[in-house]
Amino acid sequence: MMTKIEAIIQPGKLEALKTALIELGAQGMTIFEVRGHGRQKGHTEVYRGQEYVVDLLPKIKVELVVPDHLAEATVQAIVRTTATGKIGDGKIFLSNINDAVRIRNQERGTSAL
Amino acid sequence: MLTEQSCVVSTAVQPIRTSKQSAISPLRRLYPFGLLLIPALARATDLESVDAAAKAAQSAGDNAWMLTSAALVLMMTGPGLALFYGGLVRKKNVLATMMQSFVLMAVVTVLWAVVGYSFSFGEGTSYIGGLRYLFLSGVDGVPNADYAATIPHQTFMVYQLMFAIITPALITGAFGERMKFKAMLLFMVLWSLLVYFPMAHMVWGKGGLLNAFLGGRFPCFDFAGGTVVHVTSGVSALVCALYLGKRLGYPSGMKPHSVVISFIGACLLWVGWFGFNAGSALGASSLATSAFVATHFAAATAALGWLLTEWIKVGKPSVLGGISGSVAGLVAITPASGFVKPMPAMLIGFLAGVFCYFMVTTVKKKFGYDDSLDAFGVHGAGGTLGAILTGVFATNAVNNALKDSSGNPLPLGLVDGHAGQVLNQLIATAIAWGLAIVGTLIILKICDVLLGLRVTPEHEIEGLDLALHGEEGYIMEA
Repeated sequence: MMTKIEAIIQPGKLEALKTALIELGAQGMTIFEVRGHGRQKGHTEVYRGQEYVVDLLPKIKVELVVPDHLAEATVQAIVRTTATGKIGDGKIFLSNINDAVRIRNQERGTSAL
Repeated sequence: MLTEQSCVVSTAVQPIRTSKQSAISPLRRLYPFGLLLIPALARATDLESVDAAAKAAQSAGDNAWMLTSAALVLMMTGPGLALFYGGLVRKKNVLATMMQSFVLMAVVTVLWAVVGYSFSFGEGTSYIGGLRYLFLSGVDGVPNADYAATIPHQTFMVYQLMFAIITPALITGAFGERMKFKAMLLFMVLWSLLVYFPMAHMVWGKGGLLNAFLGGRFPCFDFAGGTVVHVTSGVSALVCALYLGKRLGYPSGMKPHSVVISFIGACLLWVGWFGFNAGSALGASSLATSAFVATHFAAATAALGWLLTEWIKVGKPSVLGGISGSVAGLVAITPASGFVKPMPAMLIGFLAGVFCYFMVTTVKKKFGYDDSLDAFGVHGAGGTLGAILTGVFATNAVNNALKDSSGNPLPLGLVDGHAGQVLNQLIATAIAWGLAIVGTLIILKICDVLLGLRVTPEHEIEGLDLALHGEEGYIMEA
């Protein structure tokens, strides 16, 4: 019924992505500031001659739950707004959601989204 | 009638100059002030009132500057040094680091008021003062002509207090992130008594062994504390770093948690240093100006020296490098500030910037000691370099306070033709090193036996802010 979409993207792409998701009809999302890496290499910092290799890079994780029929369109929106073609663009993961509950009035299912 | 001659009469009443005294302030500036009184003058006794008015104006100017300087030097500890050091440690230790500076503002003040001032500046032996000023008895608004004849004795006392506060605070840079708070408190009290007060007395106190201006056997030029403050604290720092051992996991994972905070601290140090150095002229004189200029110029070229070296060696000039360089230059110019001309000041600064860069990177790495915040690399090394270079560049063209029996200014350093001064500087520096090493070892042993020096590994990993002080630096919750 519902699909959870987790996207890890470059921080600079967040604004464009949020705009596109809202245009698509997304009712809500959760944004995390995270650190991580995939194949993208880190960088070296030097403090008073002491070198530090930093391979955990700042990223943004966007999490949202959508009705199944919107999942593919959401994925396309994410790709369209965040892809640059270079290593470090990020990843999208999709998973099934068992149920959703609106806390205010205990609505369940897709109408709770 | 006011003539040129009456001005000469006025200048005859000059204070006895000490190592921290200003040169004769040109009373010529006050001439117009005196002229205002012409209409009222009819009798010879009015010369006295003009003279008194001129002296009062001089005292007011001197006292205003000295109180300002005292405030500036205190600012160097809090928040200057607290921020500078605080930004360099990991987030979990930021408050503990600041607390070390802060608590000294309180503890040293009490110690100074009770015995510290007396041991440092009271007359006693060549090595330590006596109990003449115990509980500041006799220290009031009347000037102490031995040290500073135009400002209240209390002003001089409170100005010197700020130096006594910041000196031990510098040492905290060596044992950051792993020292027990209780042990640090005991250490600092003992260190002040065993190392700082004797050294301050020897260099600046009346009858001190190294006091060039008040009867010292080995006359050393230390205008604002290159040996007294930086060499003693810097070398002590090294001893502490070696005795305590390295932080767990050193050197990985020890990035400064906020170079921004260190930057703010460093800039406060730079500005505050005008009080430290120019204030050491003990008056609002042209010597104070000279020291101010030398201080600033040295900071500038030292920053450039460090940045340039870093740029070449690492490929990128860093903010941490720039501010570290400026501090190194300020340290090195400290003993020289009231004795050298602006161009030599720039050279001293540049050399310090480059020299301290290598001390903090190459040398530290080679010997592997964990001087967490480079108290030795910057203060110990920079102070030693500055103390020696003072012997080279000190000139009576800047400071003519030292005179022979006929009143002629004596040559000061190498540039004046007095090469032997370099030897005197070396002696004073060696004494500072020796006192720091021996004193610190004894004190560390005492504190270790009584209290234990180092926090437990669990506390070190948890972070000292929580473990020792029960607080967090940045909660930042909504």
